[in-house]
Amino acid sequence: MADLKCKFLGIESPNPFWLASAPPTDKAYNVNRAFEAGWGGAVWKTLGEDPPIVNVSGPRYAAIHSNDRRVIGFNNIELITDRPLQTNLDEIRQIKRDWPDRALVVSVMFAMNKETWAKYIPMIEDTGCDGIELNFGCPHGMSERGMGAAVGQVPEYIQMATEWAKDAASVPVIVKLTPNITHILPPAKAAMDGGADGVSLINTLNSIMRVDYDTLTMYPTTDGMGTHGGYCGEAVKPIALNMVAEIARTQATSQLPISGIGGVTDWRDAVDFLALGASNVQVCTAAMVYGFRIIDDLTDGLSTFLDEKGIASVADLVGRAVPSVTDWQHLNLNHVEKAVIDQSSCIQCGRCHEVCEDTSHQAITHTVDGERRFTVIDEECVGCNLCVSVCPVEDCITMKPLTGGVDPRTGQPISDDRLEWTRHPNNPMRQDG
Amino acid sequence: MGDIRSHRLSREDIEANFGDIHPPLDRPRALLEADRCYFCYDAPCTTACPTGIDIPGFIQKIRSNNIVGSARTILSENIMGGMCARVCPTEVLCEEVCVRNTHEDKPVEIGLLQRYATDPVLEAGIPLFERAASSGYTVAVVGGGPAGLSCAHRLAVLGHEVMLFNRDAKLGGLNEYGIAAYKTVDDFAQREVEYILSLGGIEVRQGALGEDLSLAQLRNDFAAVFIGVGLSDVNGLGLEGEDLAGVENAVDYIARLRQAEDKTQLPVGGQVVVIGGGMTAIDAAVQSRALGAEQVTIVYRRGPEHMSASAHEQELAQINGVSIQHFARPVKILGESEVEGVLFESTRLDEDGRLTDTGETFHIDADVVFKAIGQKLRASDLEDESLKMQWGKIVVDADHATSIMGVWAGGDCVAEGEDLTVSAVQHGKVAAMAIDRYLHAGETS
Repeated sequence: MADLKCKFLGIESPNPFWLASAPPTDKAYNVNRAFEAGWGGAVWKTLGEDPPIVNVSGPRYAAIHSNDRRVIGFNNIELITDRPLQTNLDEIRQIKRDWPDRALVVSVMFAMNKETWAKYIPMIEDTGCDGIELNFGCPHGMSERGMGAAVGQVPEYIQMATEWAKDAASVPVIVKLTPNITHILPPAKAAMDGGADGVSLINTLNSIMRVDYDTLTMYPTTDGMGTHGGYCGEAVKPIALNMVAEIARTQATSQLPISGIGGVTDWRDAVDFLALGASNVQVCTAAMVYGFRIIDDLTDGLSTFLDEKGIASVADLVGRAVPSVTDWQHLNLNHVEKAVIDQSSCIQCGRCHEVCEDTSHQAITHTVDGERRFTVIDEECVGCNLCVSVCPVEDCITMKPLTGGVDPRTGQPISDDRLEWTRHPNNPMRQDG
Repeated sequence: MGDIRSHRLSREDIEANFGDIHPPLDRPRALLEADRCYFCYDAPCTTACPTGIDIPGFIQKIRSNNIVGSARTILSENIMGGMCARVCPTEVLCEEVCVRNTHEDKPVEIGLLQRYATDPVLEAGIPLFERAASSGYTVAVVGGGPAGLSCAHRLAVLGHEVMLFNRDAKLGGLNEYGIAAYKTVDDFAQREVEYILSLGGIEVRQGALGEDLSLAQLRNDFAAVFIGVGLSDVNGLGLEGEDLAGVENAVDYIARLRQAEDKTQLPVGGQVVVIGGGMTAIDAAVQSRALGAEQVTIVYRRGPEHMSASAHEQELAQINGVSIQHFARPVKILGESEVEGVLFESTRLDEDGRLTDTGETFHIDADVVFKAIGQKLRASDLEDESLKMQWGKIVVDADHATSIMGVWAGGDCVAEGEDLTVSAVQHGKVAAMAIDRYLHAGETS
């Protein structure tokens, strides 16, 4: 079995799966159960100044379900911890004492003045925690009070608060970033410039789940009124992966360690984050949907995968896919693929034909020699992958590159030379040579 | 008297035996099942449906919780979508061609989903159809079975008045009198009829061709005529002993069973022999077992693949403890004044596939013998010699027009009749649209 031991910012944990700062890490009882189940670490639910904030005593969560009630997307309006600071500090101290081999990081959120940070950071550190995560991401409630995402959306504030935290801290400082911005690089760079040891992303996305079809109010509400929440779960993973990869592949930020967050549900999601540049992952929604015992699939699946791939450690997987991520302008425009439909596994639903006909390039037949038959018309196929995406049978439709001859669609010979947009004859801004 | 008596089983057992054979889907199961539909292009299920229901379309609407819209999609092609959801042999129609069969050997449960969509709409009586502006024409529809009711409903939607003549006390035809009780519980056939009539524009009268109606008179009195009289006469065996007490037409027994207020009061034989290989034979046999008959044997002159009852129905009979004896034909009904048994001769197929007697005989004891070898058009139904017939049934064209101008026909009484509710509904629908074109063409010419 591959060793899943992991080191993030020098913080060791038996596996790369940490619980994210969220309801599952609200108190000792939960974190104890998580560590008993085998989680590698936990980021304690965000602490703030006393008196504690107050949460609504009504719906805090809502979900988007599939028809079999699988949770696809999830939304919350819970705020930071609503318990007194000292209660949390005492419990953190006890947990770290009971579980010395697990990573225990504490999330914090304070108002924007240096004295506050200088006052509380040492108190928190004194618990024996392994690190501090700055919550610059929560998009609801706290952001209205100038904290959370309100900080994370202004790079200058990120840098300033990170500096205050670093001044006061001796343990590693992680800056948790919000995705509610237009580009992830300025906030990441600001964290780096502020001295952050690493970043974690993404926090949740601003969201309203739906309306109530009976009352025509938003859903859910607190006594008839609702507010936007933070969206998470499987549905947000692609957004998170893009932001992680952007940081990892950009020279200025490529050395910044990343803790990946956003929709990790099974071990394959962890592979996605790790290969795209995260050094570990944090999980919340999957645990809230299935409970802590999913850790078994996460660790066992990742370990088995690493064995099968001959990858010795988690660290060896980190960033493996980053070189394959580039800008559109660097894609090889001479590369040609065609869809191929395996007739022996085709169940003849015809979805590929219909979507290609209606929304793409009219490149799939519905009838051949009077028979219901779905085959690709190479003269029309642009290789877009839509048919692969909608086919209900895995691997029935595959994309095959043309390696020689002529593209029947364009009549142009297949070239072995790369041709990027930067050099394409149609590009008025092309670079010659 | 042979061993024919009621109360063979307890009331509880009989009620359980005649309960809903396929209990309806609840919401979680319906949503899961709906999710299994792939929303196929040019869906094979729709092509296989005699009424051409947009099956992926109605399932998509179940998925999005638009049950009324789903029912509208179904009922606008097949006004008896509720009954068809219960009685269609889906395993040889829509579900047989479901692409899920290729994928995982298990089709989407289209019939059950169709019931899920239509039941609440009929239950609540939600009106889904509006009548077009009155055309001023009145059309005679003879026969209140699926073909006649379908034709009448579509004509009424199109703005015509309909005079619906029915021979029986209740409307519904075989839906009311011919289908096994456990397939249509809770008086569903009548509730469906009520829903159809609630549209308005359909006046029902007692009446039958050859009795109080004549085709000539109807043609004279109405703008057009649709004949959907079904096959209300039965084929006889033509054998010695056929008149013995205890020998009965299966269709009559099934009708009596359907109309019985209290099934525990129904007499049933201890040993029952059913002669035939169609749905009627299966229904008579299974219901006899459900009432407590000890030994029920269906005897059919050819093999299982030749039976007009589907493999699914044959299996249903066997699950219910019915024996099916293939390749035997009745020679003589045995008994003095009442039936005691049936003498059979074994048959086989010769090299050319023709049915041949083997000369070997055997007999089966019987208290009751049901004849289920097919129905035929009642001779008195059609006195008009100019009506073109083939094999004892009415010849129609693609529009279901007969050889007589202004007269259409559909359902079991036409040459294409298939003994299926769904086919009869389609015949009535097609004829109604043709009648509508005919009437309006008359205006412009």
